[in-house]
Amino acid sequence: MKNEEIDNIMTHGFETLAIHAGTAPDPATGARVTPIYQTTAYVFNDAQHAADLFALRAFGNIYTRLMNPTTSALEGKVAALEGGTAALAVASGHSAQLLAFHTMMQPGDEFIAARQLYGGSINQFNHSFKSFGWHVKWADAEDISTFEKALSPKTKAIFIESVCNPGGRITDIEAIAAIAKKAGVPLIVDNTLATPYLCNPFKHGANIVLHSLTKFMGGHGNSMGGVIVDGGNFDWSASGKYPLLSEPNDSYHGLKLHETFGGIAFAIACRVLGLRDLGPAIAPMNSFLILTGLETLALRMEKHCANTLEVANWLSKHKNVAWVNYAGLKDDKHHKLAQKYAPKGAGAVFTFGLKGGYDAGVSVVSKVKLFSHLANIGDTRSLIIHPSSTTHSQLTQDQQIKAGAGPDVVRLSIGIEDAKDIIADLEQALG
Amino acid sequence: MNHDNYSPEYIRNVLQDVKAVALVGASANTVRPSYFVMKYLIEKGYTVYPVNPGLAGQKLLGQKVYATLADIPVSIDMIDIFRNSEAALEVTKEALQLATKPKVIWMQLQVRNDEAAELAEAAGMRVVMNRCPKMEYGKLSGEWGWVGGNSGVISSKRQSLHENGRVQSLGLGTRTKPSL
Repeated sequence: MKNEEIDNIMTHGFETLAIHAGTAPDPATGARVTPIYQTTAYVFNDAQHAADLFALRAFGNIYTRLMNPTTSALEGKVAALEGGTAALAVASGHSAQLLAFHTMMQPGDEFIAARQLYGGSINQFNHSFKSFGWHVKWADAEDISTFEKALSPKTKAIFIESVCNPGGRITDIEAIAAIAKKAGVPLIVDNTLATPYLCNPFKHGANIVLHSLTKFMGGHGNSMGGVIVDGGNFDWSASGKYPLLSEPNDSYHGLKLHETFGGIAFAIACRVLGLRDLGPAIAPMNSFLILTGLETLALRMEKHCANTLEVANWLSKHKNVAWVNYAGLKDDKHHKLAQKYAPKGAGAVFTFGLKGGYDAGVSVVSKVKLFSHLANIGDTRSLIIHPSSTTHSQLTQDQQIKAGAGPDVVRLSIGIEDAKDIIADLEQALG
Repeated sequence: MNHDNYSPEYIRNVLQDVKAVALVGASANTVRPSYFVMKYLIEKGYTVYPVNPGLAGQKLLGQKVYATLADIPVSIDMIDIFRNSEAALEVTKEALQLATKPKVIWMQLQVRNDEAAELAEAAGMRVVMNRCPKMEYGKLSGEWGWVGGNSGVISSKRQSLHENGRVQSLGLGTRTKPSL
């Protein structure tokens, strides 16, 4: 569905939005950079004002678990960069997923997820979500028909990653969006690895975009954060399947959230129900650091992608390397999809396989001197990990292979150092 | 006039150019959007005249409720229509019969009637359809950002505190010269 209102207002270039959107000078002080509002609560004008805020009749801040001016600036900026109507920033990417599903799912409901996901998401869906009675049905992003087959009357959403962690695969967003649309359920896209600079899921039919802001969005490895972006393009009242949005809400005196908030209803519902009751608020300091990181998102992603292409090319010719999975390489099987969905670059996270298997993987991560061996991606620094002994170790070997994290696999997140130095470090570590 | 898109400048002009607003389809139910909007507009300094035949003569948020537009004893700058798209035509026709024609016909989110818009524009009125004045005021003032909203406004100018002097209340700044 076209969101004319948003199309109309997105007239500025990406780099301009990254710097200016959501962050006008502070109305109270004139401070040009958004201040860190390190406060837990906000005074009311009078009892009526307080009542209006609690009843959602007035815009405004009550308590930093629910909203904070530094965090609001971050939300406005991310919403603008993604071309969404509104956003909600939370403590981590995981809590963004928790709140997004909390808003849609009732106990006993199902959702479909591509099995090509970050290992932490696979765990969250398989284990913790199950204890809430939310049941994941796995599909294969390499075979679109598996999504259709997994649909049932209980399906409430479809979840995919645009660029997949750790395999670097590119998902055919439009094909899956068509299935979601036909089924009358929203398509949720985790856009963490691509960032809106490389890929815009809303333009391809997504209804909700999620991020771990901890990764490339913040970009400096210093702050945890997550965000839910509302595309404003899904009718939550049409099917009656989303009662939290369409039906009178008892905790707000019978208010109907979709009726009242229209195109931002999903972001509002995640805030005033999920964040209110489950509580994973982001710290204002983290919002500030991520805001600062976002200003240089375009510059950083260009350099990340250029370095990654150079490193991936070099690795693909190395004698100890069995294969390289990077959709930016011309002969990669996902290169065509990358050209369609991420034409400016296929991101900076990819995997390669070592001829020496598990032991060779463990050896490389111990020998590197410039790469940091740690469980994160999307930092200015180059990072390395051996997924099957770390991030994906809780999965069975079969699940590891299906997630692109088999025993021979090494995952790199290429930083923005000098590409020559990155390659020299890999050269000495590969031996 | 293209009613699929409105520039922020067009909406700002409308919201700064009107003072007396008739709200057709006013509700006494405190969780209805029309109640939220009426309350918000009053706080932002507009004088709101609620119209609802079922509540005529009663008071709503301190304001007397009128049965019809014609019953309002003062001239109205803007009609805000909280009725369905079909009914918006009748309301517009009623507005055109008023002794002093309003400057603006505003139809709420999900309300759009192109025939009504053409009639109003032919009579020199400005028209906004499928928008909410509370949301639009919020986008222009900066309050929309407080709920994580994408306002679409890019500016290096400081947002204005509202002249009502309350905390957590932003305004639209100095009123521009009326353009009609």
